[in-house]
Amino acid sequence: MTIFLLKRVIIGFVTLLVASVVVFSIMEILPGDPARIMLGMNATPEALATLREQMGLNVPLLERYVNWIAGMAVGDFGNSYTYRSPVIDLIAERAIVSLPLAVISLVLSTVIAIPVGIFAAARRGRLGDTVSMGTAQIGVAIPNFWFALLLIYVFAVWLRLVPAGGFPGWTGGIWPGIKALILPSIALALPQAAILARVTRSAMLEVLGEDYIRTARAKGMPRRYVLWRHALRNAMIPVLTILGLQFAFLLAGTIIIENVFYLPGLGRLVFQAITQRDLIVVEGVVMLLVASVVLINILVDIAYAMVDPRLRARA
Amino acid sequence: MKIIVPVLAAAAIALASGTAFAQRADVVIGVVLEPPHLDPTAGAAAAIDEIVYANLFEGLTKIGPTGEVLPALAESWEISEDGLTYTFKLHEGVKFHDGAEFSSADVKFSLDRARAEDSTNAQKGLFAAIENVEATDPTTVTVTLSRPQGSFLYNMGWGDAVIVSEASAAGNMETPVGTGPFKFDSWAKGSSVVLVKNPDYWGEAVALERAEFRIVPDAAAAIPALLSGDVHAFPQMPAGDALAQIQSDPRFEVVIGSTEGETLLSINNGKEPFDKLEVRQAIAHALNREEIIAGNGSGLGTPIGSHFSPANAAYVDLTDTYPYDPEKAKQLLADAGFADGISATLKLPPPPYAREGGQVIASQLRRVGIELEIIPVEWADWLSQVFTEKDYDFTVISHTEPNDIDIYSRPDYYFDYQNEEFNAVIAELDATSDEEKRNELYGQAQRILAEDAVVGFLFQLPKIGVWDAKLEGMWENSPIQATDLTQVKWAE
Repeated sequence: MTIFLLKRVIIGFVTLLVASVVVFSIMEILPGDPARIMLGMNATPEALATLREQMGLNVPLLERYVNWIAGMAVGDFGNSYTYRSPVIDLIAERAIVSLPLAVISLVLSTVIAIPVGIFAAARRGRLGDTVSMGTAQIGVAIPNFWFALLLIYVFAVWLRLVPAGGFPGWTGGIWPGIKALILPSIALALPQAAILARVTRSAMLEVLGEDYIRTARAKGMPRRYVLWRHALRNAMIPVLTILGLQFAFLLAGTIIIENVFYLPGLGRLVFQAITQRDLIVVEGVVMLLVASVVLINILVDIAYAMVDPRLRARA
Repeated sequence: MKIIVPVLAAAAIALASGTAFAQRADVVIGVVLEPPHLDPTAGAAAAIDEIVYANLFEGLTKIGPTGEVLPALAESWEISEDGLTYTFKLHEGVKFHDGAEFSSADVKFSLDRARAEDSTNAQKGLFAAIENVEATDPTTVTVTLSRPQGSFLYNMGWGDAVIVSEASAAGNMETPVGTGPFKFDSWAKGSSVVLVKNPDYWGEAVALERAEFRIVPDAAAAIPALLSGDVHAFPQMPAGDALAQIQSDPRFEVVIGSTEGETLLSINNGKEPFDKLEVRQAIAHALNREEIIAGNGSGLGTPIGSHFSPANAAYVDLTDTYPYDPEKAKQLLADAGFADGISATLKLPPPPYAREGGQVIASQLRRVGIELEIIPVEWADWLSQVFTEKDYDFTVISHTEPNDIDIYSRPDYYFDYQNEEFNAVIAELDATSDEEKRNELYGQAQRILAEDAVVGFLFQLPKIGVWDAKLEGMWENSPIQATDLTQVKWAE
């Protein structure tokens, strides 16, 4: 197990290093002058030159890369060009929105999807299966921004139960913050749950066809027990894979939902930073996301080993 | 089960409160773009001025709702005979939000800082004529110019020319300290900026206790934000095509005003064959402004025939200089030797007026034989490719700076237009302070540009203001980038 973990961690570091080179070069190739974007169309050439100097844009490429990597190693992600404040602070400010949002959505989608998937698998071909999988199909097909607008019109405009968008922060207590995240997490969780339910169902069906299930049934074990105890555990591998991917997606891929609900999350930070050519912010956030994906993958691998002793033994 | 019912009811009440009752001295203003920081003297972003101008920061002068120059920190001024010396008399008893006394030394500091060698003021050109600033006594400032500048008092009213204090200037990006009727309270990045009433304000006190600028970046989110009562006003509504829904709702007021944004089909005058007057005239004849406005994303806007705002007193209607006439356009092209047509590129930045209006323009020009390849570009690309490197044939863009007709006289500007006669008019304008004479010169300048068909003059970008019908005092037009809340209050 230790060797298994060590191997994973080393691969993770190599991935990070490769990613840093790719991210840095892409950002440098991108046309656009951050100083010009700050100062606009009326700026004088001297003012532009001064600002470029202040931003450190005149430093040679390789030197900038080395400084950047060395800084990140000690937790210094540099200063944002546009906000002029440390990148790490910006990320922290946004993570307190994105992280809870991702976690709530993930919990919500898991709680909905896994029972539905098991239920559908257990009633394969019957009405319950058709209805739940039909609903899941719709869930996959509905664009989440449209679903989000629907939720806003019903719960914020019509019923006025929750705000239509925005985020009040956590300083005024937990409740206002959670309230602002309810609709966005539902909007995010629904399509995710639909996919997860379908994966759970097919994984369960595959397992339910295995010999040991028949054996368990043959020896008189109750149906319910077979389903939850024997089948589910073995069906978890593909489900965990999808969950890991979904969490990574929820952290970074929420730009559209964050826009519809005007939430100050990481997705919007990156989006804004790209349009303003705030390269250092983009680079920092992307690296952090790469790191979290790597970490999630390691965790998923550990989870595999936990549900499947064979994988543990092989490592 | 019996316990759950009251718990649920309590939860429902908790959910409902907070949105149901609006406080009458509290306003939430929706803005589309988040400012990068809050220092108007260190960035061009309109989003900065749209929060802090006149509310938080003040200059020597101030631009009023119809574009007029009003006294602000300077209560009066005298101009010497030769137009070179401006003596400003400052208000007494003015304090910065951090408690520091305001005096002539702050004016000297602010103006010197803006024009210093290492200044990164986005409108450094505003201060170019200043030769010397002297704090004569605590309430008197004497500014000496190197040449007469007719627009000097107007220039001092820009957001980039506000007065800051030496002690707090460095921190203005994060925690701005000004002299205005509102002071900075908090900024939740990506979410909102909150201003509160300044109890020690030197002038007329404002009616509002608290003003929150909430960032609503998505056009689709703006309407529900208004309908749910989360946001009370959008000075610049992003969702032009969904206006009908709001317009028919008596709870809201929709006010279509004018901005300082002249929307142009910019033409690279330095490039063949657009350096030929006949070709540019043909383009002008090929453009049907009504159709372009109908297809610009909001369907609103006033046609213009030159580079000037119709809301301005010096405006001359020149829309008939080259009326829509595709046959004449074809004829002119043929006469210029392009009977077989021209192919060129049209680079379009992201705003809907450009992306959508650009499609209409391309189809209109195709009718007269000018085939345009549409290239969508990001804002950052537009600034570097089109604006800086002049690597373009045509582009659609709104020039939102107020009173900026002088851009056509700038050497090396991206239009690549050179006309000595025009430059002479601008130079004379620069040296004239008499209002009537200035307006006449502005008229001349507009005519030269219109006749030269320098660019395709399309329409004045509308300011689509939407707010709660009970909210009073919001500006109809935006003669300067600002959301002046000083007169805003809730009706009884």
